[in-house]
Amino acid sequence: MNYIYNIHKTMVEENIILVYEGEFTQEITKAVLSMAEKKLDSKGEESNIKRKVFNVMVECLQNICKHSEALSVPNERKAIFMIGSEEDCYIITSGNMIANKDIQGLSEKLEKINSLDKDGLKNFYKELIQNNEMSDKGGAGLGFVDIARKSGQKLEYNFEKVDSEYSFFSFKSKIARISE
Amino acid sequence: MDILNISGTEDTPSVTLDKSKGVFEISGRSLPEDAAGFFKPVLSWIEAYKDQSNPATNLQVKLEYFNTASSKLILDILTKFEKIQGAKIIWYHFSDDEDMKEAGQEFSELVEIPFEFKSM
Repeated sequence: MNYIYNIHKTMVEENIILVYEGEFTQEITKAVLSMAEKKLDSKGEESNIKRKVFNVMVECLQNICKHSEALSVPNERKAIFMIGSEEDCYIITSGNMIANKDIQGLSEKLEKINSLDKDGLKNFYKELIQNNEMSDKGGAGLGFVDIARKSGQKLEYNFEKVDSEYSFFSFKSKIARISE
Repeated sequence: MDILNISGTEDTPSVTLDKSKGVFEISGRSLPEDAAGFFKPVLSWIEAYKDQSNPATNLQVKLEYFNTASSKLILDILTKFEKIQGAKIIWYHFSDDEDMKEAGQEFSELVEIPFEFKSM
């Protein structure tokens, strides 16, 4: 029974506001968003910071939703989403399975985003929105670019190999709590 | 022409497109997973309106928030309004929401249509 206390203790120590682990759907996305909004409201967070956090959360959650629909085995669809707060920032972290064959494309895209400055990101966004066709998953490839723009920070990520077919993709973004 | 009236939900905006009253408005939050499916009737309505448009058409965009999938569709909507004579976009943003104002400015750079910015 000790594990539940350990999880609780870790959450308190790491200032984790919210964790969801399991299958991700649009219904669950809405529920997680509404819980997070209530928590930020109860902390009396400024509305422009709240909007940025909300923005990044939506893109992260919908990334996982769209991505997991493409995975065939239900167990591989399980993912994790977490929001933590530190004195000067909010930390939004997610983790989900990704097919090894998709890693290269994704990491190239994330590297490109991290290499761009504010104006570079703006131009890249405009280029994508004008030229990208909607994918069959309903995305326009804009999510990560938008996260980088809204957070104003570099995106952090990692791939941990699980087996010959899958890896675990961890993704982290930070939103400063002090407005510019 | 028929009035298009869609009530907003927690993840989709309210839409009113009413030629006879001259009301053209999108407001609220837009974060549907299937943005293309949601905006399809809106795009079809504008397509039909194009051939019988009023002398002036002011599209009021009062979005509090939209996801990136919606942003692609919003650009499609604005692009359709480009072809309507006398069309103008009134882009609203909360006075403290610079991101939403900037999003409107970026759209205005992507389409050939007059934009007016208002805070709410």
